[in-house]
Amino acid sequence: MGEVVTQVLGPPVTEIVLGCSELTTRQINSRLRDLPDGSVVRITGARGTHNLAVGLRHRLAITIEGNAGYYTAGLSDGPDVTVEGSVGWGLAENLMRGVVRVRGNASESAAATAHGGTVIVHGDASSRAGISLKGGTLAVAGDVGHMSGFMAQAGTILVGGDAGHALGDSLYEAVIYVGGKVRSLGSDSQIEDLTDADVRRVRDILDVAGRDAGFDHVDPENVTRVASAKQLYNFDALKNQRY
Amino acid sequence: MCGIVGLHLKDPALEPRLGELLVPMIEDLTGRGPDSAGLALYDRSVPDGSLRWSLRAPAAGYDWSTLADSLAQEIGQPASVQIRADACLLTVKAPADQVRLRLGEIAPHVTVVGCGEAMTLYKDIGTARQICDRYGIELAGGYQGAGHTRMATESAVTTRHSHPFSPAPDLALVHNGSFSNHASIRRRLEDGGVAFETDNDSEVAARYIGDRLEQGDSLDDAMRMVLKEFDGFFTLLVTSRDEFAVVRDAFACKPLVVAETEAYVAVASEYHALATLPGIDDARVFEPQPEEVHSWVKS
Repeated sequence: MGEVVTQVLGPPVTEIVLGCSELTTRQINSRLRDLPDGSVVRITGARGTHNLAVGLRHRLAITIEGNAGYYTAGLSDGPDVTVEGSVGWGLAENLMRGVVRVRGNASESAAATAHGGTVIVHGDASSRAGISLKGGTLAVAGDVGHMSGFMAQAGTILVGGDAGHALGDSLYEAVIYVGGKVRSLGSDSQIEDLTDADVRRVRDILDVAGRDAGFDHVDPENVTRVASAKQLYNFDALKNQRY
Repeated sequence: MCGIVGLHLKDPALEPRLGELLVPMIEDLTGRGPDSAGLALYDRSVPDGSLRWSLRAPAAGYDWSTLADSLAQEIGQPASVQIRADACLLTVKAPADQVRLRLGEIAPHVTVVGCGEAMTLYKDIGTARQICDRYGIELAGGYQGAGHTRMATESAVTTRHSHPFSPAPDLALVHNGSFSNHASIRRRLEDGGVAFETDNDSEVAARYIGDRLEQGDSLDDAMRMVLKEFDGFFTLLVTSRDEFAVVRDAFACKPLVVAETEAYVAVASEYHALATLPGIDDARVFEPQPEEVHSWVKS
């Protein structure tokens, strides 16, 4: 075990502080959009404010103090967002690129329709986590609620704890890995054998999530792979090339 | 979309501050329901054996004293009134059915919003801020409260259609969501003799629970029966003199956040409505799972 040494290159970056009690959500998001790549920002006094750090298209390192509300870091393409508390519905909805990390719990529909990027929840995520995922990665260290992975089209969901009812209902090409128990499978999802490629995929996600993210209990060689049984899903990309 | 808030105090020291704590909570959810708002508040100031009636006048400047005098004469018991804007709290020592009947005869245009040994109920068209200001909610004390901000989706915007609905003394229900089979359940209840005041779907759930309680169900059981019988989306908060209970539908389509400390249980549709409460940073915060009834009983 070697120690990770982070070397900071270039001039030190000053942290910009934006306070939710002084600025409206619109002003905060507008200020974020105007910052240059590489800026480091701390958002204070969130207290459940919705729509923080949304629609950002560049590389920012944003920390949100306390709990944030709905759609945190949604519709974004590039930023690295950390919420120190919990978040409401629709975390990182439609994320295109970047890393969104929540140290507490996430409410319903975390990472909904995320096309890319990585969403890491250190605690639990509620119902419909990863609903309609389109290519991103959702990693939840704790449990997820019912109907998680519903109609997920592409990408990966890793659940460190247990999954609620109807996991992976109407799945397409997304794959779900569960460290704990699966309460029940949804329509057309099935448990499949774990391959070496799956183990590598889980290991890669754990590397990105980092050591302090609460995934210590997850053994990449001992997770349950859930994927589409393809009885409802009949699209054939090669047949007639029409859909 | 509608907003729900509720506060059930465990620490008596907070009771003088009930209104002061509830007003920012309900006001915070104005965005979820800007067309009407209402609150059911519970306190212990009603003398034993009496009921306090929450009434609304047909117009401002209504002569409540004359109404109280006529009622007192009819039933042979003194009746006292407290007037707040167009609302009146009338306290009288007589059975609910008798008072309701007499009020209907003496003052058919007066709206009975609710009654109880502990509950007062205010509701009207307008924003939560307007309603709280009009009825002086900020100054109200008590041990429990349930509030609602309404964005009407299926029936008219009137005082009667707004929440909370009170189907029985001291019983109040607030609902976020919509029921799809309420008409069938309404017909069945009507066949059994239950009377309705509006065509609102939430009133059906309120009357259904009221009916189950009258038949001997506990509040928890009555709410579990809602899960069995009602189709649709709902988060419900139901309060009675001693109880405070919540439930969410099978899909958890409508939100609810619970925060519990040694001093209180607070619920709200969204977390930021709870963020102003004392000690919230150390509260146990959770979302009720689908089809789980959570209830707290006043000790």
